[in-house]
Amino acid sequence: MEVTLRIKRYNPDQDVKPAFKEYKVEVEGTDRVLDALNQIKWYQDGTLTYRRSCAHGVCGSDAMRINGRNRLACKILMQELGKKVTLEPLIGFTVVKDLVVDMDKFFDSYKSVKPYLIADDPVGVGERRQSPEQREAFEDTTKCILCAACTTACPVTWTSDEFVGPAAIVNAHRFIFDSRDQAAGERLRILNTRSGVWRCRTIFNCTDACPRGIEVTRAIEQVKRALLFEQA
Amino acid sequence: MAYHRYDAVVVGAGGAGLMAAIQMAGKANVAVVSKLYPPRSHTGAAQGGISAALGNVEEDHPQWHMFDTVKGGDYLVDQDAASVLAHEAIDAVLELEHMGLPFNRTPDGRIDQRRFGGHTRNYGEGPVRRACYAADRTGHMIIQTLYQQGIKHQLNFFDEHHLLDILFTDDGECCGVVTLEIKTGEIHVIHAKAVLIATGGFGRVFKVTSNAMAGTGDGVALAYRHGVPLMDMEFYQFHPTGIYKLGILLSEAARGEGGIVRNGEGEAFAARYAPTLKDLAPRDMMSRFIHQEIREGRGVDGKDYVLLDLTHLPPELIDAKLPDITDFARTYLGVEPKTEGVPIQPTAHYAMGGLPTDIEGRVIRDRNATVIPGFYSAGESACVSVHGANRLGTNSLVDLVVFGRRAGKHMLRHIQDVQFRPLPEDPEFTARAELANLLSRKSGERAADIRSAMQEVMMDKVSVVRDEPGLVEAQRSVRELRQAYASVAIQDHGTTYNTELLEAHELGCMLDCAESIVAGALARTESRGAHFRSDYEKRDDKNWLAHTLVYKTSGGLDIDKKPVTITEFEPKERKY
Repeated sequence: MEVTLRIKRYNPDQDVKPAFKEYKVEVEGTDRVLDALNQIKWYQDGTLTYRRSCAHGVCGSDAMRINGRNRLACKILMQELGKKVTLEPLIGFTVVKDLVVDMDKFFDSYKSVKPYLIADDPVGVGERRQSPEQREAFEDTTKCILCAACTTACPVTWTSDEFVGPAAIVNAHRFIFDSRDQAAGERLRILNTRSGVWRCRTIFNCTDACPRGIEVTRAIEQVKRALLFEQA
Repeated sequence: MAYHRYDAVVVGAGGAGLMAAIQMAGKANVAVVSKLYPPRSHTGAAQGGISAALGNVEEDHPQWHMFDTVKGGDYLVDQDAASVLAHEAIDAVLELEHMGLPFNRTPDGRIDQRRFGGHTRNYGEGPVRRACYAADRTGHMIIQTLYQQGIKHQLNFFDEHHLLDILFTDDGECCGVVTLEIKTGEIHVIHAKAVLIATGGFGRVFKVTSNAMAGTGDGVALAYRHGVPLMDMEFYQFHPTGIYKLGILLSEAARGEGGIVRNGEGEAFAARYAPTLKDLAPRDMMSRFIHQEIREGRGVDGKDYVLLDLTHLPPELIDAKLPDITDFARTYLGVEPKTEGVPIQPTAHYAMGGLPTDIEGRVIRDRNATVIPGFYSAGESACVSVHGANRLGTNSLVDLVVFGRRAGKHMLRHIQDVQFRPLPEDPEFTARAELANLLSRKSGERAADIRSAMQEVMMDKVSVVRDEPGLVEAQRSVRELRQAYASVAIQDHGTTYNTELLEAHELGCMLDCAESIVAGALARTESRGAHFRSDYEKRDDKNWLAHTLVYKTSGGLDIDKKPVTITEFEPKERKY
């Protein structure tokens, strides 16, 4: 079938501001949006620019706004979208070129929550023990691929530079609820500041946007509850 | 041009690169270069597990793991390296756990283990539970955990820097790399005492592949252009269960948990070919079985695919242990694996070959294992060789953790022992000239046409089954495509985030990889592991119990042989 892709283009070397450009492509319904983008780039307009790598939803490179919603271009099939598809870069970050945004701010927020196991006890012989139930407590948030779909779907991040955003909280959650970690308090203190969890308005855009099906809003709520208990 | 000086530079931030860099963190000044962001590396797509003879759920021994690795590799494995792999796997997996990797657990809180193809108890008696895992996203957990450690150790990340060249002194020591900062188009020269190439594989030379689009063999090809030989390139693994047409991987863990591959008649045909291990026969064999079923007309509806059947497994087991791959089947095929078979075909998956190294990760330049000072490789870009003619499932993750770690430790000793060597004059000359050439034409050949022609011919003539006429045709075709590539033209002549330019650069690298794969496959007149020649169906230990080394020369190619290291297990017929 023939579809029209309306793509927001911007090249800082030559454009004053972004503008939409339309491309017609012949696709199968089972093609990914990424396949359609590749078709344009390879056979119509080589200047069209986007990130991509694994092409099956696990590396997190190609998050973008597809018909107004944050999705991975390699995880949405054309048959889900109709004959006219609008593609835009993620909102809230500086556009580098076309569908590529500057990820520095995103990774800075991620790093600010100390996203690594902190456990200073000397480990004995073999693995640290953890029961399947303890392991299950943070299963959901281990799935994060750092694609930024959740963070850039959050209206709070659109208007505030301060909020660490859902993805950083998800990655803090992953350690706060890991029975082997000893720095939950430290991370909770970071998330109890002006830039932390209390900026979340429970809008659920993040949960809708997550391509890995993480219940992001629920994770944020669990962190909020942990903070309330800690203070009480 | 920007100039940097680091003790060591690691190119590629997947499992091997990060593992190496972490060894040096805090003790040396290390740069980590990736053309992606590190957690996007293809290690993250690995699914099923990482083997180590922990013996957490049943008796197991490193020696059994070593034997399986050697036999799985059809005896082309260097056994000193396989011994290191099997014994250090235990420590490496425990180190990952200590770093925070969230493995699935047994009821008593230990790392859980599952079955995988070719991994057996007591030298082949039956399957053993050796693969440590985190659902079917073990690679994701490894890349996340190692990236987290990289942040903890404040590694110097050069994110979205594309490797353009590797620098050597006149007397052949490695002294740095040249990269392109993708965002700005600026060229960077990184001067270093030691360089690790951990750029992964090159599955994108084939039409149907499980590999990421970034899997274009850049580091391997650039070293090859500097006269470094590539070893055992003809051994390219086709994974039996790729999603039909798309090639997306459906983990062997599906069969480890009890899944069965069925032909168009509904028959579980693997038992006919491999009576002991059945569906858990190694990948090279399973892929050939599927190929034969399809060729004999037993594909589904006479087409070129068969079915992966999970319908007899408990739905809760599928949700708990195989969530991602079943999600792939739903997303990309609209198939519900709990109630229907999933269409699959073999997919280009893993390069057993690559840059030849010793067990410290040092790249060697000839059959006598002469070391190239300062030059290292680990992970899929390297060939130690622990995988020989066919890698066992899970051993890639073991390889990159064990040998990434060894390489990092050795680099640390090396940089403490040596001084910086002077860079060659005008170090970025070659890189700059290559980019200028790609940008010089307003019209010419289209990179996408050359790429798809290469992928077609490699899939058609150089995949699961090969023969001389097909390989000769592939050789001619790759040669012609290389000529066409010399006049490739691109539309994007800008400096900001020019991915069209980089895709064209990657295509040049892939053509080098393709050329060396075909050369090795044509030279090796026997069948062994993943290299099956229908015109030489038998393994020929008399002439070919040897690694191949392919050299790029001014006149074309040279091929040499390098002896296989055999320490404990004499070659035997390989039956399962």
